Amino acid sequence: MVEFALPKNSKITTGKTWPKPEGATNVRKFQIYRWNPDDGKNPRVDTYFLDMDACGPMVLDALIKIKNEIDPTLTFRRSCREGICGSCAMNIDGINTLACIYGMDEIKGDVKIYPLPHMPVVKDLIPDLTHFYAQHASIMPWLETKTNRPAKEWRQSIEDRKKLDGLYECVMCASCSTSCPSYWWNGDRYLGPAALLHAYRWIIDSRDEATGERLDELEDPFKLYRCHTIMNCAKTCPKGLNPAKAIAEIKKMMVERTM
Amino acid sequence: MRIITDRKRAEGRGSAHTGTEHHWYMQVSAVGLALIVPTFIFIFGSALGGTHAEVIATFSRPIPAILTGLVLLFGLKHYAKGARMMLEDYARHSTLKLLIMLVTFLSYGLIAVGLFALAKIAL
Repeated sequence: MVEFALPKNSKITTGKTWPKPEGATNVRKFQIYRWNPDDGKNPRVDTYFLDMDACGPMVLDALIKIKNEIDPTLTFRRSCREGICGSCAMNIDGINTLACIYGMDEIKGDVKIYPLPHMPVVKDLIPDLTHFYAQHASIMPWLETKTNRPAKEWRQSIEDRKKLDGLYECVMCASCSTSCPSYWWNGDRYLGPAALLHAYRWIIDSRDEATGERLDELEDPFKLYRCHTIMNCAKTCPKGLNPAKAIAEIKKMMVERTM
Repeated sequence: MRIITDRKRAEGRGSAHTGTEHHWYMQVSAVGLALIVPTFIFIFGSALGGTHAEVIATFSRPIPAILTGLVLLFGLKHYAKGARMMLEDYARHSTLKLLIMLVTFLSYGLIAVGLFALAKIAL
């Protein structure tokens, strides 16, 4: 439900300012959200300074450098470092994106890094994505068939395969869902752009035989129709996908099957 | 406190199997209103500032009267459904039910009053 003010224990305070690197000429300031569930304190924003001449070009390079050389307690998720795993999704300079493919040259001024918005925080830059993953599981993200399994494989035409382009590339980083105001206010019931994009990926798959059941499951004022075409999802997607279009296509299919 | 699995929390109460009719109504009525509202504004604007007899004469003519009736009916129905959706976004539980009742009463009340006034003028 909508909340217009942060709860008392979520109000962000000013944290520690770490010393500037000695002798560096190309220094950049990083303001990073910190919260430790074990110390009972409010979240804070720590300030770090990095010598950019000795740092990689991506935001994740900077975070790894801070963790390795300045503050080993800084906590964040990362894995592939090439925009495939979706682990390092966070809010950088006001945009939900992947730290590994977001260049620091795209940011003007100080680099401000926060966890994905409106999600419970596990620690520092790590959001709790449990509910997000459970919603993804609820749309049955697998091929559902009723016909007996063919001797070789489920066949698909080149044209039908092309329909999956722009959908299968989603890495489930949650950048889109956590940028959506509808998901902020009603994330408990609204499936959100990521889960709906995946739902459409299976609805449109020519090999899937559960199209009707999938549409039945989605036909709900909250699960699907909380999307108000705000388009934040398409704007923020670090992979350049368009979940809003996928949702619109589902709505179109819903209307078409009633006429 | 309830101890439930993540999957149960995500699935909720399943699907209500409704919402498409509401969505389609809003789409169609939005297009319809986009067509008739500018014409209504033009007619209303041309009557604005006229004498009582001139205004009565304008809204006694069939086309302005029917158009006004349509704007009242579909405009306020569109408003009622749109406001309901907005309320569902921001309110919950008893507050939500109360606000929906209020908005519905207000919209249908205004439709009734408007149509009555129009009938008195036009007939």
